[in-house]
Amino acid sequence: MDFSIHITGFVALYIFMLAAFAGWVIIGHVPAILHTPLMSGSNFVHGIVVVGGMFALLNASTVQEQAIGFFAVLLGAGNAAGGYAVTVRMLAMFQTSGQKTHSAKHGRAKARHLKAT
Amino acid sequence: MTMTGIAQLIIGVTDLVAALLFMYGLKRMSSPVTAPSGIFVAGIGMLVAVLAGFFYAFDVGAAAKPHLTVNVGLGVLALVVGGGIAWWGGKKVAMTAMPQMVALYNGMGGGAAGAIAAVELFGTKTPGATQLVVTLLGALIGSISLSGSLIAWAKLEGVIKKPLRVPGQQYFNILVLLGTLAVAAYLVYVAQGGIGQLLPTPQLIYLFFGCALAYGILMTLPIGGADMPVVISIYNAATGLAVGLEGFVLENPALMIAGMVVGAAGTLLTLLMAKAMNRSVANVLFTNFGGAAKHKTSHIKGSLKPTAAADAAIFMRYAKSVIIVPGYGLAAAQAQQKLYEFVKLLLAAGVSVKFAIHPVAGRMPGQMDVLLAEAGVPYDLIFQLDDINEEFKTTDVALVIGANDVVNPAARTDKSSPIFGMPILNADQAKQVYVVKRGQGKGYADIVNALFYADNCNMVYGDAAAVMTMMIEAVRGLGTKAAA
Repeated sequence: MDFSIHITGFVALYIFMLAAFAGWVIIGHVPAILHTPLMSGSNFVHGIVVVGGMFALLNASTVQEQAIGFFAVLLGAGNAAGGYAVTVRMLAMFQTSGQKTHSAKHGRAKARHLKAT
Repeated sequence: MTMTGIAQLIIGVTDLVAALLFMYGLKRMSSPVTAPSGIFVAGIGMLVAVLAGFFYAFDVGAAAKPHLTVNVGLGVLALVVGGGIAWWGGKKVAMTAMPQMVALYNGMGGGAAGAIAAVELFGTKTPGATQLVVTLLGALIGSISLSGSLIAWAKLEGVIKKPLRVPGQQYFNILVLLGTLAVAAYLVYVAQGGIGQLLPTPQLIYLFFGCALAYGILMTLPIGGADMPVVISIYNAATGLAVGLEGFVLENPALMIAGMVVGAAGTLLTLLMAKAMNRSVANVLFTNFGGAAKHKTSHIKGSLKPTAAADAAIFMRYAKSVIIVPGYGLAAAQAQQKLYEFVKLLLAAGVSVKFAIHPVAGRMPGQMDVLLAEAGVPYDLIFQLDDINEEFKTTDVALVIGANDVVNPAARTDKSSPIFGMPILNADQAKQVYVVKRGQGKGYADIVNALFYADNCNMVYGDAAAVMTMMIEAVRGLGTKAAA
């Protein structure tokens, strides 16, 4: 069986159209309070570009391709890992005051702020 | 089944799962209750997609086979180094520095998309015209996103202090963009067998990337710091688009879907943010072009007058009316609860207390209402900008906590100010203004706030939580003995 994927002209346009519509609908009714975390979260999602970078790097056959491919994976990995880390931290800030599971995190953040003062 | 077939099957399935998890995760992230689990779900999608990415090793072309061991090693190294540094940075960064961090990560994504395009362009494969056009378009958008995001980062971080504006800048920028497009078109023409090549193809590719990167820089330089959240959001959508386009070139549906979902979601988010700031996106991007704005800081009269938290608290205790203007600093110090405790003391003493909320209070539009509600502040004490701005004139004390640009009178009067035109809270019109601030640093927009130097304004320096504790103690202390 052949599992390789081939995407051409109109199929690509259909995928793009449906994905764009999905993105628009998903974000449609988001409250303003979540604008920035959601920006960060979607920033994390396009970190999937790292997979494209891996494809380019693994298929590299010249030093130039290897160098640029390495660069692509490096940056893509940074996008994904960093985007995840900041989004998680940001969303932890939105815990309701009743939940104490994140009090340790807040304590640390507070200590840092006090130190900075 | 061959190893290649198995690898393709594994990649196909995991990418499908990843695309689903991304969309489901983003959906969960659009409600405060489910948001933390949303990012976790999306994270799992990313993890499996990256791990499955190594199966590409079983499906490489003949030319790359001899280099496979080295390439896999380089891949692991790049993942560990790039991911590790960014992870560490993301964990360590202060909450207040979050927007520029997002800008930085976003630029990385754009750069990665541009780099993938570069590999395709320099590569030995001869792509069809559609493939080539899409590659170039993704490269253009990704490169602009990279250099533009870096400038946005530099502005928010304070590396670049003020917007750079020169007359005719707008026209020059358009010329650079047209030049970039011309080089791209010429590359397509050459690839299609066009004759009369002026430069060797590699040089053309370098020129193309150089122009695209330059345009990102030029486009972002004139935009003021206060507009940066909108700009970052635009570049976020742009990177998504670039990733989607490169996904098409690589025939990877996961990249196409994730990229395009972010492209659309990012565009909508940008529009929503701009709306919350009472600006149009075009206004943010182009409003200050051409206007030779020289930013003067010398015209500010007066001096910063520090005062003790206890003195300010007692003054408020004996005032008739107090309006509180909370900002990001309050949230960063997690001092909402303490603030409300203080407010309850004032209310009990017969002082009229109201909260005035700016549309973009707290950098995350709408965040402040929720934070105050969580701390137990009754909704009838919370007023939006339009409803309360007239009242400052007749109010005894305006207490500004951790807010800066949203009360900067320069937005009303100073045409050269980067925040000119932004609606502000007229805290300066109150009889007495107290500003609780961590230090003497400038605000988000990185501009001097004339309010702090005004005759009727006193500064209370310190962490908002610590200051509120002192204020509470001072007012409570009045019950037994006269506080100093």
